[in-house]
Amino acid sequence: MPSESVSPDVTVVPPLSIHDMTVAYQRKPVIWDIDYVAPTGKLVAIVGPNGAGKSTLINAALDLIPRASGQVQFYGGPYRKQRHRVGYVPQRESVDWDFPVSALDVVVMGLYRKVGWCLPVLPRHRHTALTALDRVGMADYAHRQIRRLSGGQQQRVFLARALVQDADLYLMDEPFTGVDAATERAIVEILRELRSLGKTALVVHHDLQTVAEYFDEVILLNMRLVATGPVATAFTTDNLRKTYGGRLMLVEQTDRIIGKGTSG
Amino acid sequence: MFVEIQHHLSAWGSFDTWIVITASLAAMACALPGVFLVLRQQSMMGDALSHTVLPGIVVAFLLSYGLRDAAWISPSTQLATLPLFLFGGAVVLGVVSAMLTEFVQRLGHVESSAALGVVFTSLFAFGLLMIRLKADSVHIDPDCVLYGNVETVKLGVAGIPRATAMVAGLLVVNLILVLLFYKELTISAFDPNLATTLGIRARLMHYALMATTAATLVAAFESVGSILVITMLVAPTATASLLTDRLPTRIVVTLAIAFTTALLGHAMALTLPALVFSRLGFPEIKDASTAGMMAVVAGMLFSLAMFFAPRHGMISKALGQTRLTFRLACHDQLRSLYQAERAAALAATFEPATWATRHGSMLQHLATWSLIFTHQVTRTSHGHQLTSRGRQSAEQLMKAGNEHAPA
Repeated sequence: MPSESVSPDVTVVPPLSIHDMTVAYQRKPVIWDIDYVAPTGKLVAIVGPNGAGKSTLINAALDLIPRASGQVQFYGGPYRKQRHRVGYVPQRESVDWDFPVSALDVVVMGLYRKVGWCLPVLPRHRHTALTALDRVGMADYAHRQIRRLSGGQQQRVFLARALVQDADLYLMDEPFTGVDAATERAIVEILRELRSLGKTALVVHHDLQTVAEYFDEVILLNMRLVATGPVATAFTTDNLRKTYGGRLMLVEQTDRIIGKGTSG
Repeated sequence: MFVEIQHHLSAWGSFDTWIVITASLAAMACALPGVFLVLRQQSMMGDALSHTVLPGIVVAFLLSYGLRDAAWISPSTQLATLPLFLFGGAVVLGVVSAMLTEFVQRLGHVESSAALGVVFTSLFAFGLLMIRLKADSVHIDPDCVLYGNVETVKLGVAGIPRATAMVAGLLVVNLILVLLFYKELTISAFDPNLATTLGIRARLMHYALMATTAATLVAAFESVGSILVITMLVAPTATASLLTDRLPTRIVVTLAIAFTTALLGHAMALTLPALVFSRLGFPEIKDASTAGMMAVVAGMLFSLAMFFAPRHGMISKALGQTRLTFRLACHDQLRSLYQAERAAALAATFEPATWATRHGSMLQHLATWSLIFTHQVTRTSHGHQLTSRGRQSAEQLMKAGNEHAPA
């Protein structure tokens, strides 16, 4: 039950702690010496330029790609023991949308662990999935083949799938990329709802303009950690310049971005 | 012609029935793992596996005879267990080829089909080499190992041919596997990363599918021959994918198509060659290979689906496209008439909006005609004018257009 799964130790043991993690593709390191401890009950944006290793950070933490070095702990234990407490929202392009499944089928997949090996999906599982689809405003599209959904709707299906996992920590890879305004609002709403339930979300995010509005904390990443912490202290012009180097045209505008974020 | 077909089919005997039963059971047994191969976009894996299993079969064959020669097992046990040995060899090689392909892909930085190409030719060559090396001591004929023939179904125990019993068992096993591991197979094919984070080992499922496919190939090869097996692995599910949007229906439709293919294939093997070739002046050609004709039927069914499938077929897509183009043309006409009317009203002159429709493409004329037909536009002596109904729909269009315009 959801209320029981948030055990008292949540406040003491961090949802995610990464120590000294390095990941390399073919001997060339992609991310270096990452040390990070995630706060509980906060929305954290992972921000950085293309190729900074944002997705790699998530994938390596989840054992999806091998780490060259370092330890990762979820709620004080290795990932394979804590799977049930971690939800994952992959990038939208990572799957074949021509696959013959409906939106509901995709959401039910998030429950496969609870259903158990070799056992059939029961009506109550479908009901749970339908409720999650309703939460993201997609109940009307439950039986539609996933190719015939818009990009934003597809992203909401992914979000619903993560919701049914009923995790305590969510790792989301670019949920805001290429979605319409309605979906963006829906995702933000869900994130805030998760936070109010004491859950944590680490979200790879591209739009610097909305970081301060949507998130409590940031991880600024460019192969190495540039800065982490609350938006107010870590999301500064200086740190952004360090993260993006000369590549950020927006650096000139960051004062405006940050100013707008804190006032809004 | 109908009489002729009837004549050719009148010779249909229990032997033909057994051929159809055997072929359709084999077709359905092969089509099942094929569904998931196609879903994983690894359709050629079946073709490749049919070659890579050779070294496994040769080793299993040599092992079996070696055990007999060493007097570990009696000749009768050896004969009885030989199929099990061959199965084992095929299953092992199925997993080995999947692993090797991944290995080559990762180490050689090439795409998966290139890696597969390297692995399957090498393993097949290795198998042939072993046959050559051992040909003196043990008689192995690749034909007898790999290529069966559906027309040679022989009666076995209790009136049921051995090959039929074999493929029936195969179908049952594959059905049970698909039913048991439906969720796991689906999620590993759709989203292997999610599967892994949920604790379902996607790679393990991949190896299991490869092993099952290899075992299916070997069992079916022996019973019905290689052409039929390779065809049935991919063609029925490819056809079904054009007809269905949900996986459970796709599986059922795949099985139905596999069955139909087998039935039609044999019937056509008996009738079609005689019909065609007697007209071409070769009356001596009376029938064709059943497996070959089944492959032809499989291709024909796919072509039919490609053209006529309700949603994914070319014709329905073209129709949908045309309908959309036409609807947009109608909207354009309504809008330009409406705008002309507004412009005329603003200029406070009565200048009927004729210019918008006087010149134009065939499509625009067709659109105007259809608007007249639906009473949205009338033809006056001055040209075309909107009716009140047409004005209403034009106003709606203008409103919708403004809403959908990019902000």
